[in-house]
Amino acid sequence: MSEVIVVTSGKGGVGKTTTTANVGTGLASMGKKVILIDTDIGLRNLDVVMGLENRIVYNLVDVVEGNCRIKQAIIRDKRYPTLFLLPSAQTRDKSAVNPSQMVKMIEHLRDQFDYIILDCPAGIEQGFQNAIAGADRALVVTTPEVSAIRDADRIIGLLEANEIHKMDLVINRIRYDMIRRGDMMSSEDVVDILSLPLIGMVPDDENVVIATNQGEPLVGSNTLAGRAYQNICHRILGKDVPFLDLEKGISFWAKVSGIFHKN
Amino acid sequence: MFKNILKRKSSREIAKDRLKILLISDRVNCSPEMMEMIKNDIAKVISKYMKIDTKSMEIQITKTGSKGRGLKNPTLYANIPILDLNHDIS
Repeated sequence: MSEVIVVTSGKGGVGKTTTTANVGTGLASMGKKVILIDTDIGLRNLDVVMGLENRIVYNLVDVVEGNCRIKQAIIRDKRYPTLFLLPSAQTRDKSAVNPSQMVKMIEHLRDQFDYIILDCPAGIEQGFQNAIAGADRALVVTTPEVSAIRDADRIIGLLEANEIHKMDLVINRIRYDMIRRGDMMSSEDVVDILSLPLIGMVPDDENVVIATNQGEPLVGSNTLAGRAYQNICHRILGKDVPFLDLEKGISFWAKVSGIFHKN
Repeated sequence: MFKNILKRKSSREIAKDRLKILLISDRVNCSPEMMEMIKNDIAKVISKYMKIDTKSMEIQITKTGSKGRGLKNPTLYANIPILDLNHDIS
């Protein structure tokens, strides 16, 4: 049975696209057939994070408008045989697609994929409505900051109003050194405020920037963020994986990844 | 001055407190005008039975509780200072 997951946050720049790329790649590396759909029309980014920007021919708007068949627009990721991307249009705006068109397209894709992952644009306007229209569940991404948490709370309310009740929280860019000093809210604080089940805690890791530079998702790599994303994938598949004890493990893993980088 | 340093909240606590207050008003889908009307009507009814301080009374709609976001109902809280319980009803 296929599952449609929307990755959303309200606020921009908290890591929706990075989360989409890594969760999708992780699930594909576990043998699931996955399609990533970039729903941010006009500001597409998922293609560059995935390193597939040079392979785009058709896009989401072409599919919806009937300029091409859906198969022509889908790009297969050569690194993972079961990973696919449907890119967004760069030269159009959000009104080019409406929610019922999205639902129709997703229904068509459902029997071909195990997971359909939608990268939602920032904001709560039409792009958001398009992205959530066909979703079964949501990953709400936030960072431990007042503005991001406030927007996440608003998004949670809107998801509930749209009958999406299966929501899980991803807390991104956690800095354990700042939490220790009392200068950043801990994941417990964020969960307490938003009262959503926690599915992932991703540390603030410079390897994310490096991976994005290279167009290569870091899930599964021996980095803190890579391991955190890997664990999110396991939890999506229903496995009960303990959360990384980052507070204790940080120095240890920094050492380990340091050794690997030298080679 | 030393006391102040000890008492000073960490920025984490400040953020948490600010958010809690902020989200209460964000979650209310009720216009300020309507809240004011509800408040005035409540004051009118209570005033029939006791003397209350209408100027400092407060009402708030909150979503409390911790189990399953979708399940909890919003609650109306009213904070009404009573000036005289034995207000003569006349």
